[in-house]
Amino acid sequence: MGEQPPVLEMTGIRKVFPGVVALDGVDFRLFPGEIHALMGENGAGKSTLIKTLTGVYEIDGGEIKLGGAPVRISGPLQAQQAGVSTVYQEVNLCTNLSVAENIFIGREPRKFGKIQWGKMRRRAAELLARLELDLDVSAPLDTYSLAIQQMVAIARAVDIEARVLILDEPTSSLDASEVEQLFRVMRRLKESGVAILFVSHFLDQIYEISDRLTVLRNGQLIGEHKIEELSQVQLVEKMIGKELAALEDLEDKAQSNRERAAGAQPVLEAKGLGRTGAIAPYDLTIHEGEVVGLAGLLGSGRTELARLLFGADKPDQGELKVAGKPVNLRSPQVAMKHGIAFSSENRRTEGIIGDLSVRENIILALQASRGWTRPIPRKKQDEIVDKYIKALQIRPADPERPVRNLSGGNQQKVLLARWLITEPKLLIIDEPTRGIDVGAKAEIQKLVAELSDGGMAVLFVSAELEEVLRLSHQILVLRDRRLVEKLENTADVDADRIMQTIASGATS
Amino acid sequence: MTILKNRLFWPSLILAILLGINMFTSQQFLMIQDGHLFGTLIDILRGSAPLILVALGMTLVIATGGIDLSVGSVMAISGAVACLLISELGDQNSVGSVLLIIGIAIGASLLLGLWNGVLVAAVGIQPIIATLILMVAGRGVAQLITEGQIINVRSEPYATLGSGFFLAVPVAFLIAAAAVVLTILLTRRTALGLLLESVGGSPTASRLAGIGARRITIMVYVVAGGLAGLAGLIYSANIRSADSISAGSLIELDAILAVVIGGTALIGGRFSVAGTVLGAILIQTLTVTVVAIDIRPEANLLFKAVVVVALCLSQSPDFRAKVFGRFKSRPAAREVAAA
Repeated sequence: MGEQPPVLEMTGIRKVFPGVVALDGVDFRLFPGEIHALMGENGAGKSTLIKTLTGVYEIDGGEIKLGGAPVRISGPLQAQQAGVSTVYQEVNLCTNLSVAENIFIGREPRKFGKIQWGKMRRRAAELLARLELDLDVSAPLDTYSLAIQQMVAIARAVDIEARVLILDEPTSSLDASEVEQLFRVMRRLKESGVAILFVSHFLDQIYEISDRLTVLRNGQLIGEHKIEELSQVQLVEKMIGKELAALEDLEDKAQSNRERAAGAQPVLEAKGLGRTGAIAPYDLTIHEGEVVGLAGLLGSGRTELARLLFGADKPDQGELKVAGKPVNLRSPQVAMKHGIAFSSENRRTEGIIGDLSVRENIILALQASRGWTRPIPRKKQDEIVDKYIKALQIRPADPERPVRNLSGGNQQKVLLARWLITEPKLLIIDEPTRGIDVGAKAEIQKLVAELSDGGMAVLFVSAELEEVLRLSHQILVLRDRRLVEKLENTADVDADRIMQTIASGATS
Repeated sequence: MTILKNRLFWPSLILAILLGINMFTSQQFLMIQDGHLFGTLIDILRGSAPLILVALGMTLVIATGGIDLSVGSVMAISGAVACLLISELGDQNSVGSVLLIIGIAIGASLLLGLWNGVLVAAVGIQPIIATLILMVAGRGVAQLITEGQIINVRSEPYATLGSGFFLAVPVAFLIAAAAVVLTILLTRRTALGLLLESVGGSPTASRLAGIGARRITIMVYVVAGGLAGLAGLIYSANIRSADSISAGSLIELDAILAVVIGGTALIGGRFSVAGTVLGAILIQTLTVTVVAIDIRPEANLLFKAVVVVALCLSQSPDFRAKVFGRFKSRPAAREVAAA
């Protein structure tokens, strides 16, 4: 690898936003036929570096060389023409167009100016076959799952004669078998000489697929390493710049915590609650100070179960009691009156209001519950917001910045702050740690443990079993939109045990 | 340099230029006659009152991501209702009766706004279609009320709304100014503005944050209806008659334009009441200027269009960078380095 000249060489890259130096003299190299992981916490500058490469941002200093020649990438189109293709974390395709149209949009095969639909569909099918996908290419993209949409985005990127392929968090919404499929495709591309820049928060995946990695922290280059020269622990330490003591603390805490839940009053009881087509009827009781974890594959009904408890969707059968009294949660507003809070898994579309500032996003739910006629006095807003920016370490610590400019992990913290200030009795959090880095993940887990210590009931939904195991008193396993098993989280319950249930349905 | 980046800088500049032109071409720009202010400037302020009122309501509707095409028809209906009732009074100069009738006309306008709001928020029809219904049907209703005639009134109290003066300032302008102040207080002293921007920014996220998006949406259409009704009264009081065909004709387009010039995006979210007021006054000034500088009547609309296009382009940072970038690319680069 060292013999070949790099296909991409970035030196001294500098990017300044008003008030923030996002990248400060970062070097980055990418060789043909390698998979290179770009690592760093949220806000370390990973996304910014990628965006300077794809032409979304122009650099304020430094040099980019592609194939040895200096280039100036002034827009996404120029980037594509230079051979740099990107698949972003959030699928950005047109879901109302067909699969084939999405793959060829902007470069449809034409004859005398007329689009050759037949040829386009045929080539799309061939291309997908190479990725081992068998889809109806004339069906609208939104008839397929998010995972499939992601693969279509990759197919599109691959087809554009790419020398450099950037995959920004491609696996965050894929399940294990889909990740395997993606990795097969990546290996094949690598063999054909494509240089792949890979960003993921899953360390295991990084270690499975990457050849080398580059670590960024606070917009600065920390180092470039061969994967075999750096252990996972060393990597995490480089990323967060501190010891992993925080995570280990948590382990003890959760243990002692688990024993304490007995004797507490139930906060919420669901009996035969269900919604046709979304989730089969289920029973569920959550007590004060208890963390209930929902485990299951993508699409197993985790989110659907949770949404019924917040009135986000209406159940069509069953009963629900809050604090022992029957309630009808017609809408989120009603659920909030009963002290229930819900943070959606779709941060961007169902969580933050991108245009509004951090402050406005944080006070939004509290303000909504007070009604528009009783505004929260500005002084009190500032107090609350400052307190939570400090407590949750939201970065940058600027309450007036539009929240869309924050990294994913910080947006998640803003959403947690939004719900915490309403002082809920039951906090439902759906995938709070998806797509965020190790440091922020540990902080959020620690926060959940502390909240439950303080008596708050928490319904914790996550695709990561380890996280569910670490935090929960009780674990509910879902499969095919049905609650298949309830487990007390005792010492003999481990990830294997849960995997078994997920794979085979109810055991014993 | 920061003042150049303010989104209201360019509209303000163009407004100043237009007012400057008027100052030179008009012999009577601003003077005092018979104890009140008089002249082109006062004409502009008085003439802009209906547009300011309509554009205020439009701002709130657009902030929620909606649009209200029916404002012109609501103006026509409100004027028709008022003039019909006044014309049937025994004593058209009875202040009490006129006030009551004004109340009835505004009440009717609020109901029309409620109709729009229910169609949009409860029935779930797209705003542009929902309000198109009333835009078309409303003008028919207005014509039914007036039976296709122009109803003239001889009511001094009513005429005061359109052409009267209070403390040397036109009453119409005072009403518009009061509505502006009230709107600013209503949206910024309460949490209404924040909730509006939230609903416009992301309806789904707002619902999950516990915001009663439906009630808020209905409310802004009701407010927009009421303000359009008030505008209709001022318009008809000014001409002392109800003209159900031309009252408020095409005003929805001027109102939308005023909102956009004021820096509120059509997709909803952040809105600026002050910007809208500036936009409305600018459009009215443009209309007056076209007449004042003797542009041939046939070319009026074209001239207006050219100014509007120039204005919109001047507000686009991309466009400015392209046009002026060549001349000052170096100082700009130095600035970035210094920062």
